[in-house]
Amino acid sequence: MLDNFRRSTFRHGIHPEEHKDDTRDLAIRRFPFAPTLLVPLSQHLGKPAKVVVREGQEVSRGQTIAEADGFISVAMHAPASGVIRKIGRVPSISGDLVPGVYLEPYPASTQEVADGEPCRLETATPDDIISAIQRAGIVGLGGAAFPTHAKLKIPEGKSLDTVIINGVECEPYLTTDHRVMLEQTDDVFMGLRYLMKATGAGRGIIAVEANKLDAVETLRKACPADLPITVEVLQVKYPQGAEKMVIKALLDREIPSGGLPLDVHAICVNVATTAEIGRLLPHGQGIQERVVTIGGPGIVKKGNYRIPIGTPVRFALEQVGVTDDMTRVFLGGPMMGPAVSSLDVPLTKGTSGITAVTRAETGAHGERRIYPCIRCARCVDACPMYLNPSQMGILAKNECYTEMAEEFHLMDCFECGSCSFVCPSHIPLVQYFRLAKRMLRKTARPA
Amino acid sequence: MLVAVGALAALSFLLATLLVVAHKNLYVEEDPRIEAVFDLLPGTNCGACGFPGCRGLAEALVDGSAQPAKCTVSTEDEKGSIAAFLGVDVGAQEKVVARLACAGGANVARLQAFYQGVESCRGAALIGGGGKGCSWGCLGYGDCEVVCDFDAITMNAQSLPEVLEDACTACGDCVDACPKDLFSLHPVSHQLWVACRNLENGDAVLDDCEVACTACGKCAADAPGLITMQQGLPVVDYTRAHNNREPIERCPTGAIVWLDPEKGVQLGREAHRVIRKGARRASVT
Repeated sequence: MLDNFRRSTFRHGIHPEEHKDDTRDLAIRRFPFAPTLLVPLSQHLGKPAKVVVREGQEVSRGQTIAEADGFISVAMHAPASGVIRKIGRVPSISGDLVPGVYLEPYPASTQEVADGEPCRLETATPDDIISAIQRAGIVGLGGAAFPTHAKLKIPEGKSLDTVIINGVECEPYLTTDHRVMLEQTDDVFMGLRYLMKATGAGRGIIAVEANKLDAVETLRKACPADLPITVEVLQVKYPQGAEKMVIKALLDREIPSGGLPLDVHAICVNVATTAEIGRLLPHGQGIQERVVTIGGPGIVKKGNYRIPIGTPVRFALEQVGVTDDMTRVFLGGPMMGPAVSSLDVPLTKGTSGITAVTRAETGAHGERRIYPCIRCARCVDACPMYLNPSQMGILAKNECYTEMAEEFHLMDCFECGSCSFVCPSHIPLVQYFRLAKRMLRKTARPA
Repeated sequence: MLVAVGALAALSFLLATLLVVAHKNLYVEEDPRIEAVFDLLPGTNCGACGFPGCRGLAEALVDGSAQPAKCTVSTEDEKGSIAAFLGVDVGAQEKVVARLACAGGANVARLQAFYQGVESCRGAALIGGGGKGCSWGCLGYGDCEVVCDFDAITMNAQSLPEVLEDACTACGDCVDACPKDLFSLHPVSHQLWVACRNLENGDAVLDDCEVACTACGKCAADAPGLITMQQGLPVVDYTRAHNNREPIERCPTGAIVWLDPEKGVQLGREAHRVIRKGARRASVT
């Protein structure tokens, strides 16, 4: 126990119950194909991909079905061999219908993926690696889904000394990164080699929280001697997986307000993303599936599954089974994951988990009342960004959005949910902040 | 002591002189009529006239670039007195009102999830687009009712906003407030109205809402030229003659309606009538 407190971490933050014991020891298993796969064209931040297939066309698993449109955009690949049934609108987690592709897999579709043009580590230039990552459709698999190659392009005048591989996984219930570190150890180091070559960084650090010591041991044992890589153990605390927090904890460097990790000479890449780079690039393949933890008290067969992109949540839940008193489903963990309003929403590249909770956690509908702010300042103590959620909540309620941004640094909030978690009045603070951000974006846009 | 008093007195005298000189030489001559007209205007600063508040309209009225009829809040008498004061014509301005392009109340629209959180449409729209099955439909938390300064919007029993046309001044606040962009401003003479924004085609949309447009195209076929189907919705070209209710008659769902000044919303002959008064049963799976 004392060991834990000697380990480095950031200040503030919270300690939610971890709930990782159910799935941490379960090996990753493959998932069958759903009868219809819904592949949205915008599974990442930035511009949606451009479709390069037509309706009725046969595609094979791993084939490019949409290409990157601009630099902040990535390609999409067919998650299964089958027929493109329709190019139209698919449901999305935002509730809007977004452009996407309906793919009907063949009943006998195999998991096999044909190799493409490989990107060899020995001969590739940094630019080759960056464009290969874009062609492979790789985005941040931790949840933010920011195109990874865009991070690796170091702009003129910036320098980089450290690549941080983020295996912190501080969200409760999720164990995907944990399993990836245990089962795809070689892929992680391979991916790290690509990343270090692409960026020219002098050292690499793999950051892991102290609740995954078996992964630390495995990584340290497998660590190649020729690479300047260390594996660091961090104190268990939420939201340590946020890149600002992990950089603060490891390097004691603070990213300036509105800045990027590059401003403090570091980049931060999720460990599952790194493993995918290491797995796909040598074969010239694209990302067609990802590891997802399906967990929470509402799930019967909890576990870590490798699921094709585009599998509807409903199909995934039918496979694992849900309890009768399940009330709410999140894509991701319960802290930052958005609740779904429809089970027809497909899994995307950014989905790290499906968490289903029951009436015991959420209460009956309408039971959890929102009370006024009593100014206890628990949220102020919890906020890892040193913001004032209490005051911002009151301002948001009164629609003083500009004041929130100008005087209270609303834009520095990365919506970790620590403030809402500790609030004794159950004020949906993060929702207020997201609302405020959306309203500010709306007014900033010329009408 | 004396020196200090003297110095301050001299300084204040000097500054006072400066102020007097500035007041005389830099005085801005303002048309006294602007103030008088401003007093005659309602002072709601709603912006429906298109000018920055009542002051802006008063200035425009005095310099002749606008007519008193521009004000949508004043009564006819008030407008008449402004016209009489300025010695101009009242002018003609067709009454414009806000209209909602959704008829999916709680009795006809399916709820697919229960929303919990900030009690507003804009808040609900953030969390998976709210609980409604239809992605385009009215969320029913009444942001428009809250934002309306003229009490022209009330939420009815089916959680749909109803616009009282007499009270509506077309200020456009509800247009900005709605996160689904369902409100728009239309002259009252636009009686042919498409009360749906669902872009999906086919009968599958009826699962989500019984009065949704299925894009069958019957209205467009009955009024060639006037109505065209665009992206799965009929679009009425109001620049053509549109004062006949023929196009609505064959609409199977009642997504296109006729707004009668006396009788209210009129459905077509073939539209199926929904008699259910309570909320449509939520199918949350």
